[in-house]
Amino acid sequence: MGAQAHHHEESFISKYVFSHDHKMISKQFLVTAIVMGIVAVMLSVFFRLQLGWPGESFAILETFLGKWAPGGVLDRNAYLALVTIHGTIMVFFVLTGGLSGTFSNLLIPLQIGARDMASGFLNMLSYWFFFSSSVIMLLSLFVEGGAASGGWTVYPPLSALPQAMPGSGMGMTLWLISMVLFVVSSLLGGLNYVVTIINLRTKGMSMTRMPLTIWAFMVTAILGVLSFPVLVSAVVLLLMDRTMGTAFYLSDIFIGGEALDVTGGSPVLYQHLFWFLGHPEVYIVLLPALGISSEVIATNARKPIFGYKAMVGSLLGIGFLSFIVWGHHMFVTGMNPFLGSVFVFTTLLIAIPSAVKAFNYVTTLWQGNIRFTPAMLFSIGLVSTFVTGGLTGIILADSALDVNVHDTYFVVAHFHIVMGMSAIFGMLAGIYHWFPKMFGRMMNTKLGYAHFWVTIVAGYGVFFPMHFVGIAGAPRRYYEYSNFDFLGSVMDLQPVISTFAIVGAVGQLFFLFNFFYSIFYGQESVQNPWKSNTLEWTTPVRHLHGNWDGPLPEVHRWAYDYSNPVHESDFVPQTTPALAGEEIH
Amino acid sequence: MGGEASKAISKEELWGGGQSPFSVSYGKMMMWYFLVSDALTFGGLLTAYGFVRASSEDAWPIGEQVFRALPGLDGQYPLIYVALMTFILIVSSVTMVLAVEAGHRNDKSGVVRWMALTIIGGIFFLGSQAWEWSHFIHGSGGSFILAENVSVTSDDGQVFDLTKGDAVYMDHHFGHLAEPWLEGAPNVSLVDSDHGVKLVEIGEHSHEAELHALTLNKYVENESHVSGDQAMKLWNARSASFAFGANMHDNEYGIQQAYANFFFFITGFHGFHVFSGVVINIIIFIMAIQGVFERRKHYEMVEKVGLYWHFVDLVWVFVFTFFYLV
Repeated sequence: MGAQAHHHEESFISKYVFSHDHKMISKQFLVTAIVMGIVAVMLSVFFRLQLGWPGESFAILETFLGKWAPGGVLDRNAYLALVTIHGTIMVFFVLTGGLSGTFSNLLIPLQIGARDMASGFLNMLSYWFFFSSSVIMLLSLFVEGGAASGGWTVYPPLSALPQAMPGSGMGMTLWLISMVLFVVSSLLGGLNYVVTIINLRTKGMSMTRMPLTIWAFMVTAILGVLSFPVLVSAVVLLLMDRTMGTAFYLSDIFIGGEALDVTGGSPVLYQHLFWFLGHPEVYIVLLPALGISSEVIATNARKPIFGYKAMVGSLLGIGFLSFIVWGHHMFVTGMNPFLGSVFVFTTLLIAIPSAVKAFNYVTTLWQGNIRFTPAMLFSIGLVSTFVTGGLTGIILADSALDVNVHDTYFVVAHFHIVMGMSAIFGMLAGIYHWFPKMFGRMMNTKLGYAHFWVTIVAGYGVFFPMHFVGIAGAPRRYYEYSNFDFLGSVMDLQPVISTFAIVGAVGQLFFLFNFFYSIFYGQESVQNPWKSNTLEWTTPVRHLHGNWDGPLPEVHRWAYDYSNPVHESDFVPQTTPALAGEEIH
Repeated sequence: MGGEASKAISKEELWGGGQSPFSVSYGKMMMWYFLVSDALTFGGLLTAYGFVRASSEDAWPIGEQVFRALPGLDGQYPLIYVALMTFILIVSSVTMVLAVEAGHRNDKSGVVRWMALTIIGGIFFLGSQAWEWSHFIHGSGGSFILAENVSVTSDDGQVFDLTKGDAVYMDHHFGHLAEPWLEGAPNVSLVDSDHGVKLVEIGEHSHEAELHALTLNKYVENESHVSGDQAMKLWNARSASFAFGANMHDNEYGIQQAYANFFFFITGFHGFHVFSGVVINIIIFIMAIQGVFERRKHYEMVEKVGLYWHFVDLVWVFVFTFFYLV
C-alpha cells in the first residue's frame, strides 16, 4: 500500500464511477441511499394518506401511482406493496447499505490512519452490487402485479406461492434476487471493514485508542458477516419454493379449498432463519448510529466520552446478545413456552448494555461546554429516541406482555422510534458532521436547525400516538380500520399521525436543498472545522486519493482528549505527542 | 508468512498499530472471514434440514438404505460409493497441503504437480457426485402410497399393520414395467394370474415381471419382502400416488417431498462450491505454470485457495454426516 501508487492521473470513469477510493465510494453510497430514502419516504406518505383518510380521493396518488390508485384512492394490493417496499428500502438500503456503506467507508481509513481500504477493488464491487440491488428493488415496483406485498419480512406461504396474491408474483421474485445481491454487497463491504481495522491501523493506533465510531463499525461488520449468510440460505430456499416446486417452507396448503401437492416443509423454519439475521440486523442498523453519536457528542460537548471502556464493552455485549434473542419476534408463532422464556431472558439482558450507553451519553453531556451544531442536535435527538423507544422494548421483550400487543401499532411505534428514528438521526448527524470532510464545504447551519426541529417534532408526532393505537388493539399492515368497532375513537389519531407524517416528509426538503446546494455553493471548509481530535481532520481539505500528502500520521493518544487541563487548547489531536511527564491514554 | 506470529513480541506492540497483529496479509484474513461467513450459510441450510427432519411426523429415509449401489454392480453396498467419494475429496485436501508446502519452499514444479493432483481429485469428486445424483434421480423400482389400511404377512412371517399413507416399494424388475404401464404405454399390460399380478411387455424386447416381491420399510428400516397373495393385497390397496426415483416433487424414498429437496439443494450447493474451487484451482495452477508466483517470490495465492479447498472438504464432512450417516 505504497503512497506513490495512489498519486496518479485518473480518468472520469476510474475517479467517479468505478472508483477504488474509499471516500468516493462513500459518497456513492450516500447519494444512492438518499435517492432510495426519498422513494421510501414518498411511499410512506402515500399509504399514510389512505390510513389517515380512508377511501378519500387524493389527486396526488393518481399522479404518482396511476392505475394503483384509480380515482385517487389507493388500491388495496398496492397498499400492501407500498408498506413492504417502504420497510425493505428503509431497513436495508438506507439504514444498512446507506449508513454503513457511507460512514464505514469514509471513516475507517481516515480515522485509523490508512491510505485506503484493504482491498479497494472489493470495495468498488461492494458498491456496484449495492447499486444493482437497489435498481432491481426499484424496478420491482413496475412489474405486473406490483412489488412484493408480504411485508418486509416476506413470510411464506404468502411469499412462496406466486398465485397467493398479486404481489407474490414477479415482484416477489425480484425482491429475493435483489436481496441476494444486497447480501453479496454487504459481505464484501464487511470483510473489508473488519480486515482494514485489524490490519491497517497506523503506528500508535492501538485498539483502545480507536474512536468509538470505528469500534461500532467493526462490531457492525462482524454482525453482518455472521448473520447475512443465514438470510441468504433462507432467501435462496424461498426462491426454490417459488420457482422449482420444492417444499422447504410449504405443507398442507389449501388454495380455493383445494390442497396443493406440497408436503413436508415448515413456514416456521423460515421465521427462524429470517430472524436469526433479522435481529442482528436491528443492531447492524443501530450500532453505526451509536458510534457516530458518541463521536459527535464528545466533540461538541468538549469532553472526553464518559466510560470509553464501558462503551466498547457494551458494543461487544450488544453484538453478542443480538444473536441469541431472535425468538422474541416469534412469541405468537407457536413456540415452546419454555424456549419463549429463554428468549425473554436474553432479550431483557440487552437492556443492560443499552442502558450503559444511554447513561454514558448523558454523563458525557453533563456539564459539558456544549456547542449546538446541527450534528449535535441530531445526536442528542438520538439519545432521546433511543431511550423512549428502548423503554417500550422492555414491554415487547416480555412474552406475557408482548402477546397482547404483538403485530399491532405498538410494535410499529417501538421499532420506528428506537431503530428508525435513532438510526436516521445518527446518519443525519454523521452527514452534518462529516460533510466538510466529504465535500470540502460546510452545510448551512440555520437550515440544519430547521431540519432538526421539524424532524424530531414530526417524528414523535407520528410515532408517539401510534402507541395508543396499538394498545387499543389495532393490528399493523391493515388497509383500513373502519370496520372495527372496538377501536372506537382512538382511530381519530390516524389523521393526526398522517398530518405529522406529511409535515415530516416535507421538512426533509430543508435537508435535501441544504445538502445538494452546499456541495457546490457551501462556504468553504477549513481543515478542522469542529476542532476535533481524530485523524480525519489532519488530512488536506482537497480530494486526495491516499489521504495524507506525506507519511502516515503517528498516533500518541486516544481520540477523546477534550478540555484536558494539562493542555492550553481545549482539544488535543491524536497526533500530539505526550508533554513531558504527561500520562496519556 | 505462516507461523511467524508466535515471535516474542509484547501484546501492546502487536496490537499497537503500524503492523498486522496476526502477521497475515489482508487477503488471507479476508479469506478467513469469508469462510466464517460461508460456514454460516451452510450452517443455516443444515439447521433447516435438521429442523424439518426433526419436526417430520413420518419416518425419515436412512442414508445406508437409500445409498447402496455401486456403478456396474448389482449387489447391495451400503455407503461404499459415498465413502469412496469422500476419500477422494480428503486425499485432494492432502495434495493441496503438499502444494502449499511446496509453495513455502518456492518449489515451482512441486506446486504444479500437487495442484494438478488436487484438481484431478476435485473433478473425480464432481463426477462421482453426478453419478450419485443420477442414481438418486432414477431410483430403483419406485414406490406407491397405500390408500387404505391393510395388514399383511411378510415372507419371513412377520405381520405388518400398515396404515393409509404408508409407502410400499416395488422390486426393480416390476417397477421398471410399472412406470410405463402407469403412463399408459400400449405394449405393457397387467395380467391377473393364479399367484398374483404380472406385468407383461410385448414387442422387440418381450419381458414380463411378476409382482412377487414388494418391500416394506425399505428406506426407513430394514427391508421385508412380501409376495404372492399378500403382495396382491398391497397392490389392490394402492392409491394413485406413485413415485419413481426422485424429483423436486416426489421421491420414492419417503413420502416427504422435503427429503429430496434438501438432498438436491444442499449437496448441489456444496457441489457448486467444489466446482468453483476446481475452477479457482485451475486458474492458480495456470498462474503457477506461467511463473507468476515465482516472480512474486511467494506462493501466498496457493495458500489462500488452499484455505478455501480445505473448507469445502470440511463442509462435505458435515453434509455427509447429515445425509448419509445420521
